[in-house]
Amino acid sequence: MLDKSIKELSQGLKNGDFSSVELTQTYLDRIAKLDARFNSYISVSSDAALTAAKEADTRIAAGDASIWTGIPYAHKDVFCTEGLRTTCGSKMLENFVPPYSATVTSQFDRAGAICLGKTNMDEFAMGSSNENSFFGKVVNPWSSSNDLVPGGSSGGSAAAVAARLAPVATGTDTGGSIRQPASFCGITGLKPTYGRVSRFGMIAYASSLDQGGPMARTAEDAALMLQVMAGHDPKDSTSIKHDVPDYSAGLNNSLQGLKIGLPKEFFNEHLDSSIQAVMQTAMKELEKLGATFKEVSLPNIGLGIPAYYVIAPAECSANLSRFDGVRYGHRCEQPEDLMDLYKRSRSEGFGNEVQRRILIGAYALSAGYYDAYYRKAMQVRRLIKNDYVAAFEDVDVILSPTTPSTAFGIGAKGDDPVKMYLEDIYTITANLAGLPGISVPAGIIDGLPIGLQLTGNYFDEARILNVAHQYQSQTDWHLKAPGNID
Amino acid sequence: MSFSSDDIKNVAHLARLHVSDENADKLGADITNILTLVDQLQAVDTQGVEPMAHPMDAVQILRADDVTETNQRDKYQACAPETEEGLYLVPRVIE
Repeated sequence: MLDKSIKELSQGLKNGDFSSVELTQTYLDRIAKLDARFNSYISVSSDAALTAAKEADTRIAAGDASIWTGIPYAHKDVFCTEGLRTTCGSKMLENFVPPYSATVTSQFDRAGAICLGKTNMDEFAMGSSNENSFFGKVVNPWSSSNDLVPGGSSGGSAAAVAARLAPVATGTDTGGSIRQPASFCGITGLKPTYGRVSRFGMIAYASSLDQGGPMARTAEDAALMLQVMAGHDPKDSTSIKHDVPDYSAGLNNSLQGLKIGLPKEFFNEHLDSSIQAVMQTAMKELEKLGATFKEVSLPNIGLGIPAYYVIAPAECSANLSRFDGVRYGHRCEQPEDLMDLYKRSRSEGFGNEVQRRILIGAYALSAGYYDAYYRKAMQVRRLIKNDYVAAFEDVDVILSPTTPSTAFGIGAKGDDPVKMYLEDIYTITANLAGLPGISVPAGIIDGLPIGLQLTGNYFDEARILNVAHQYQSQTDWHLKAPGNID
Repeated sequence: MSFSSDDIKNVAHLARLHVSDENADKLGADITNILTLVDQLQAVDTQGVEPMAHPMDAVQILRADDVTETNQRDKYQACAPETEEGLYLVPRVIE
């Protein structure tokens, strides 16, 4: 049951092979038995899940079911769930029970899916290792000695899907936070075009970069998830009015004539040789499917990390100013005055990395520095976007590694934030440009999975899903599971 | 650009964060490193480049000025640390 696709699970429910209550209980039992090791969930919603599963079984019996009716899934704990604690991985929201639900949450509810619980994450989605969670580190299910990170910030979702503690999970991606953990945990993760998925009720980190998306074992499952999540939302003024295609319809399209771009700035002497070999093997598979390759140039791509570490902290410092110890969230004991209330509530509630990014952002936006930092970074952002626009005149998708290495050790990056930031070198520019990208399992290096990344043109999610699905129809990397997850 | 512990404390005040003396030095060093990374941007010629705020250069969508929300004050205040008679409580600000 644990290796079935969403389509197969849905068929099994309709055939009466198993009930939604049985399916849901299977996952709840696994979480209870195994998650002490992985720490992939912050909250498990057993009672509500089983109640919803019972209702789903009634609807399935009555013939009133969608493909998602009765299918369990998990939410990254960044999506507000009315009545269910939503922490964003922070002490600031340790006891926060939202009075409303995120649009994405409501969409899965309406589709009939069963929320198992909320997954662990780097605090406020800031991090690349899931070591920044107030609720503890997450262990990568592929690590034999429980000593590797799952990636971040959607590390809990990636670990839960890889360890078969949820069939699929939601994630969010601001600089690589879906794709990087997908690569480290051997699963498929898609960051949609900016504005494709509503951000309403998704706790904001950097509003012009954040985007929710699916984390699944296969591109086929990811397509079904995106179908639920995509669409314009009047409650999110940055969501885009753009037709939502049938993401599953084109999965089996032929790749004959597909032009794949290889950025010369990524395929150079800095690329790890074992990852280079994985990319070469994957390219041969894609070539057999009919794709051709062409070198492209993205000359400003190296400026992605510097631009990001101005824009994201600037937006974070503005977004996180809402946590004031007054309306919701952590409040310090015995404040002397209002200033003391603000300062102590925030310093006690936020962890180190969050405070660092707030400080950088506040500095970059402060009088006299705005032009030198924020405005400059926004200009460089356009140069990066223009590079992609030019490249997509020649090619249909762009292929690159997702990550510069396989999963690294817990504590390996020490406490030097810049070392951690460089992890996102291949993923961060898709966020700056607003483009969709998917990470697909493409190999195993020394026992650990590694992904390849396909970046698509604006709103071309269907195409990168098609390429990913065709690749997965010829390879079995996405079917490999960690050795010891029972 | 090197960040002293005084610089840190000034920015921390702007951001309404309390930074202890012990933390100020370490934070100053971290932020100096991050700003060194970011300073690569200064070498780029961006003359005449329009800053990009939204990938699709979308503009704010306006809606009709209709009342769409009902009053749910009690529900929204249920998660507040301290309220009284529908008001959020903070330390006294007017003597």
